[in-house]
Amino acid sequence: MSVTTPGQTTKRTTTRAADAHAPTLKKTERREALAGALMVSPSVILLIVFFFIPVGLAFLLAFTNARLISPTISFTGLDNFTRLFEDPLFWRSLRNTLYFAVVVVPLQSGFALLLALLVNQRIRGTNFFRTLYFVPVVTSIVVVSILWKFMYQPDGLVNNLLQSVSFNLIQGTDWLNNPGAAMPAIMFMSIWQAVGFHMIIWLSGLQTIAPELYEAADIDGAGRWEKFRYVTWPGLRNTRTFILVTITIAALSLFAQINIMTNGGPLDATTTVVFQAVRIGYQQQQTAYASAISLVFFLLVLTVSLVQRYLTREKD
Amino acid sequence: MRSGTMRPLALTGVAVLAAGVVLAGCGKADTGSGGSAASGELTLWTHNAGNKEELAVVNQIVADYNAQGKTKIKVQAFPQASYNDAVVAAATAKKLPCILDTDAPTVPAWAYAGYLAELNLPQDLVGKQLESTLGKYQDKLYSIGYYDAALAIFARKSVLQSAGARIPTVDKPWTADEFNQVLAKIKAAGKPQIAFDLGTGDTGTEWWTYAYSPFLQSFGGDLINRNDYKSADGVLNGDKAKAWAAWLQGLIKDGYAPKKSGTDAFADFVNGKSAMVWSGIWSTANMDKLGSDGVILPPPDFGAGPKIGGGSWQWAISSSCPSKDAALDYLKFSLDPKYLAQFAIKQNVVPATEEAAELTPGWKPGEPKRFFLDEAKKFALIRPPTPGYPYLTTTFAKAAQDIVSGGDANQILDRAAKDIDTNFKSNNYYQS
Repeated sequence: MSVTTPGQTTKRTTTRAADAHAPTLKKTERREALAGALMVSPSVILLIVFFFIPVGLAFLLAFTNARLISPTISFTGLDNFTRLFEDPLFWRSLRNTLYFAVVVVPLQSGFALLLALLVNQRIRGTNFFRTLYFVPVVTSIVVVSILWKFMYQPDGLVNNLLQSVSFNLIQGTDWLNNPGAAMPAIMFMSIWQAVGFHMIIWLSGLQTIAPELYEAADIDGAGRWEKFRYVTWPGLRNTRTFILVTITIAALSLFAQINIMTNGGPLDATTTVVFQAVRIGYQQQQTAYASAISLVFFLLVLTVSLVQRYLTREKD
Repeated sequence: MRSGTMRPLALTGVAVLAAGVVLAGCGKADTGSGGSAASGELTLWTHNAGNKEELAVVNQIVADYNAQGKTKIKVQAFPQASYNDAVVAAATAKKLPCILDTDAPTVPAWAYAGYLAELNLPQDLVGKQLESTLGKYQDKLYSIGYYDAALAIFARKSVLQSAGARIPTVDKPWTADEFNQVLAKIKAAGKPQIAFDLGTGDTGTEWWTYAYSPFLQSFGGDLINRNDYKSADGVLNGDKAKAWAAWLQGLIKDGYAPKKSGTDAFADFVNGKSAMVWSGIWSTANMDKLGSDGVILPPPDFGAGPKIGGGSWQWAISSSCPSKDAALDYLKFSLDPKYLAQFAIKQNVVPATEEAAELTPGWKPGEPKRFFLDEAKKFALIRPPTPGYPYLTTTFAKAAQDIVSGGDANQILDRAAKDIDTNFKSNNYYQS
C-alpha cells in the first residue's frame, strides 16, 4: 500500500466521487484556472494597456487628420489612404522594401545554412568559428551602420580592399551616394550582421536530425549531395518555416540602417515603408498619415506571413 | 504542505504583488515638472543644457530678477535635441511651464496649437528689436528673442585677390555674374581644391532649409506663397525657383562645390581645402588660424536682393500660465540692453537691439563684427511663419538634397510643390 498524505487521499476520494459529482471536479479546475489567470494578469494587463490599445488607437488615427500638435482632430475617412496610394514616394518605398526582402531572404537564409553546415562538423575550432560568426549579431545595428558608413566612403575600407584584391582593376564607387549601389551596399551589410543569428537556428535544426539516418544513408552508398537532399533537407522542415517567416518580417521592417546611413536617399533609392512612416510621423508631424502607412504595412506583413504559413503547412 | 492551504496562499500572494505594481506605477506619474504656481514660483524651461555660456547668462538674469523680491523664477534646462519633444509632451499633458524658449520656426505651430499666450509688451520695447527676433503669428506677437544668428560667405582674401575679384560689402554685394566669374577664376587657378563649399555634409533637415532657402529667395522663389500661406505652386516650382535649382545643380556639375562636403566644412576651409565656405556667425570662433586672410562676405544678389535666414531661439509665455503678468514682467526685465549684450559677448550671436550692440565690443559701426548686424537688418528673411512649417521644411530639405544628388530638378520642384499643396489642403490650410 502506498503512503499518501491526508490531502492526497482526500483529493483521490474527491476525484472518485467526482465521477458521480461532476460540479465538484469543475470547481477544482475552475479554482486552478482562476489562479492561473491571476498570475498571468499583470503581464496581460500591461500588454493590453501598452501594446494593443495604442496599436488600436493608432489604426483609428489613420482615419483622421491628426497631427503631432494640433488643436483639433476630425474624421476624414479614407482621405489618408487615397493620398497614400497616389503618392509616388510610397510606391517607391514599397518597391525598395520588396526589393530588399526578395534579395535578402534567400541570400541570408542560404548563406546561414551554408555556415551552419560548415560549423556542424566535429573538428577542432568549430566553437571559435560559431562565436565569430555570431558576434555581429550581438552588436547594435546602429553601431554597425555607423561603422559601415565610414567603410563605404569613396576612400574607405571597402574600396581599398577591392582595389588591393583585384590589383587596381576594380575601383569601387561612392557606395552610399550612388543611387544604383546604395541598396545593394545596405543589403550586404545587413546580411553580414544578421546571418549569425540564423546560422545558430539552422544549427539547432541540423542537430535534431538523428545520426542514424546519416549512417543508414552511408550504408546505402549515398554521396554528400544525396545525403543533404534526402536526409538533411527534409529534416529541416520546421526550421525552414521558422527562418523563412522571421527573416521575411525582419527584412520588410528595414529602418535603422536607412535612417543612419542614407536618410532614404540618394534620390529615394533606399527609402522604405517604415522609414517613411517614421519620417512623416515625427519630422513632418503628420501622425494620421503616418498611422495610415503603419496600417497598410501591418496588413502587408500579415498577408505575407499568412501566405508563407499556408505554403509551408503540414500537407497531411 | 497540504494543497488545500497552498492555493489560497498563492492567490493572496499574486493579488498583493499585482496591487503593489499598479500602485507603484501610479505613484511615479506626477514629477511636478510643470508650472508650480502653488508656491508662487514660476518655472522657466530652456533648451540650452550643455551650452554653458548661454545657460550661465540665463541663470544670471533669473538670479538678478529673484533678488528683486517679486515672484521667484526657477530654471530648468533641457538638452537641445530633446527639447521640442519635451515641450510637446508637456503641452499634451497640460503641464507647460510659465516661461519657455522656442525655436523661431516652431512658434507659429505652437501658437496655432494654443500653447503660447500673446505677449503684451510695450511698443517702444518691441520696436527696438531686430525684425527677425520677433515671433509673430497672424499679426500677434508670441515670442521675442535676445539674439539672432546670420549666414555669410567666409573666404580667403589672398585667393580672391589673385582671382582679381573685388571684396563685396553689405551695401555692394556681388551680382550673380560676378559670383560666377569668381568661381570660374578660382577653379581655373586650381588651388584651393574647392572653390565654394556649400556645407552639404550636414544632413540635418533644418540646416538645409535655413542655409539653402535664402538662395532660393534671392532668386525670387520661396517655400510658400507668403500672401496667403496656402499654396507653394508658382513660388516653389515657378521659373525663378527652377533657375535657382539649375544654379545649385550647376555648382556641383561644374565642379565648383562638392556634392557631399566633409563633416566639418568650416574646418576644411580653415585647413585650406576650400576658397570660400557657406557658414554662419557661429564659425567666427574658429577663424584664428586664418589671421587677416579671412574675410566675411554677404551672399550674392541673384535678382531679388541677397537673402540670409533669420530667427533663432526666442522666449514665450505659455497659455496655461496662471500668472501671466508676473511672467511678462520677467520678460521685460530680461530685455535690458546689458543682458542682451551679455548673450552677444559670451557667444557668437547677433545682439537683438542697437543699444545692446553699443555695449558689446566689436559691434559698433565700423567694428569687425558689425557686418553681421548690418546683414541681419538688410537681408534677413525669416522662414515662413505658418503652422505647417514642419511639413515645409522637410519637403524643401528633401527636394534640395535630391537636387544636389543630381535628380531632375524641375520634376523634383513640381513634386515638392504638389506635396505641400496637398498637405496644406488636407489640413484645411491650418486655419483655426
